[in-house]
Amino acid sequence: MPHNKTQDTLVGLFVASGIASLFFLGLHVSNLSSFSHGKTYEITARFSNSGGLKVKSAVSAAGVKIGSVKSITFDPKTYESVVKMDIDAQYKTLPDDSSASIFTAGLLGEQYVSLDGGGSDDYLKNGSKIEITNSALILEKALGQFLFKSAEEKKGSDDKKGNGKK
Amino acid sequence: MEFFQYLGANTRSSFTKLGRGSYFLVHLIAGISSVLVRPRLLLKQLHSVGVLSFLIISISGLFVGMVLGLQGFYILSRFGAEETLGVMVAASLVRELGPVVTALLFAGRAGSALTAEIGLMKATEQLSGMEMMAIDPIKRIISPRFLAGVLSMPLLAALFSCIGIIGGQLVGTGLLGVDDGAYWSQMQANLDFQGDIINGVIKSIVFGFVTSWIALFEGYDSIPTAEGVSRATTRTVVNSAFSILGLDFILTALMFGDN
Repeated sequence: MPHNKTQDTLVGLFVASGIASLFFLGLHVSNLSSFSHGKTYEITARFSNSGGLKVKSAVSAAGVKIGSVKSITFDPKTYESVVKMDIDAQYKTLPDDSSASIFTAGLLGEQYVSLDGGGSDDYLKNGSKIEITNSALILEKALGQFLFKSAEEKKGSDDKKGNGKK
Repeated sequence: MEFFQYLGANTRSSFTKLGRGSYFLVHLIAGISSVLVRPRLLLKQLHSVGVLSFLIISISGLFVGMVLGLQGFYILSRFGAEETLGVMVAASLVRELGPVVTALLFAGRAGSALTAEIGLMKATEQLSGMEMMAIDPIKRIISPRFLAGVLSMPLLAALFSCIGIIGGQLVGTGLLGVDDGAYWSQMQANLDFQGDIINGVIKSIVFGFVTSWIALFEGYDSIPTAEGVSRATTRTVVNSAFSILGLDFILTALMFGDN
């Protein structure tokens, strides 16, 4: 078979560009580079309502992503949501009286767990539990309460007016 | 009555064909080991299957990405979510359009050429000539082409997705004024390596496998006349398109069904 060098070069270029685009997809398009799959430690928090939080949602401190949600389970005894989180091992100086809250990124964004540092000298370690938690804000609930309250106020003021006339 | 006869004969012949195709596939996979001893055969086929499809894949990828950018922007701007354009373009390319459109183009560009080549070899009795010289035509002719098809599909699909994402960025940030940083960062935050990229690659490998199998089998099984070869080429494109789209539905349901 005749040895064709140009053909070899073209095949080489083709394979190289294909592999390069796979790398591009892996590193530049997906989340592979943003979160190292290195060592992590696990902490647990109990929320009375974890709202729309999902597995792999971000865990952040001061707005910086430091870990992700590992699992969300329902505790049938206390009727609470048990959220286990993997925290990157390099952030090992979080005080053990930190509080965890579930916030929403933007009005329609995804929900994430935010850790706010406390003042304790002891640090969170593998298997620690976070005692102070704030549940997710459920928009429907808040709206419902607001509407109910404003209707109540209106009714109250109408009654007063009525009384005044009498 | 005649209709039922026709139906029965047709069903039976299609099952017979499937059986022949499966036997052919086993034979062909068994022949792959002998390709690894002669890498030059594979290289030549990688050139004709992969390198020659390079241009059509890149140009189509660019235009598909640009169209996705335009259409996505039109819909997303209604909801004030233009920043998620990158997610939309990248997710639809990596998960669906990359593997599927590449496979369809591949079936049209490389699959039909493979069928015509093998069919013509059969019509001019080159395959029987090889058998006369005690060379197994499946090992020598079919297996290298099959392996080249399976190997080049994921590379072509990845290339298609990459160029499409860049095309979407050209239109989105260049023409329509989406923020460049938001385009990339939203994409990175929302696409998962395991769930999106790897599944897309698995899809494209499956499509490459099926398309190459259909193309080679139709060529090998064709009636060795001019008309037979032309019919086999048509069947390759039609059957490949059906199997790609059908398999895509099944794979999508399996991979992304639970989220």
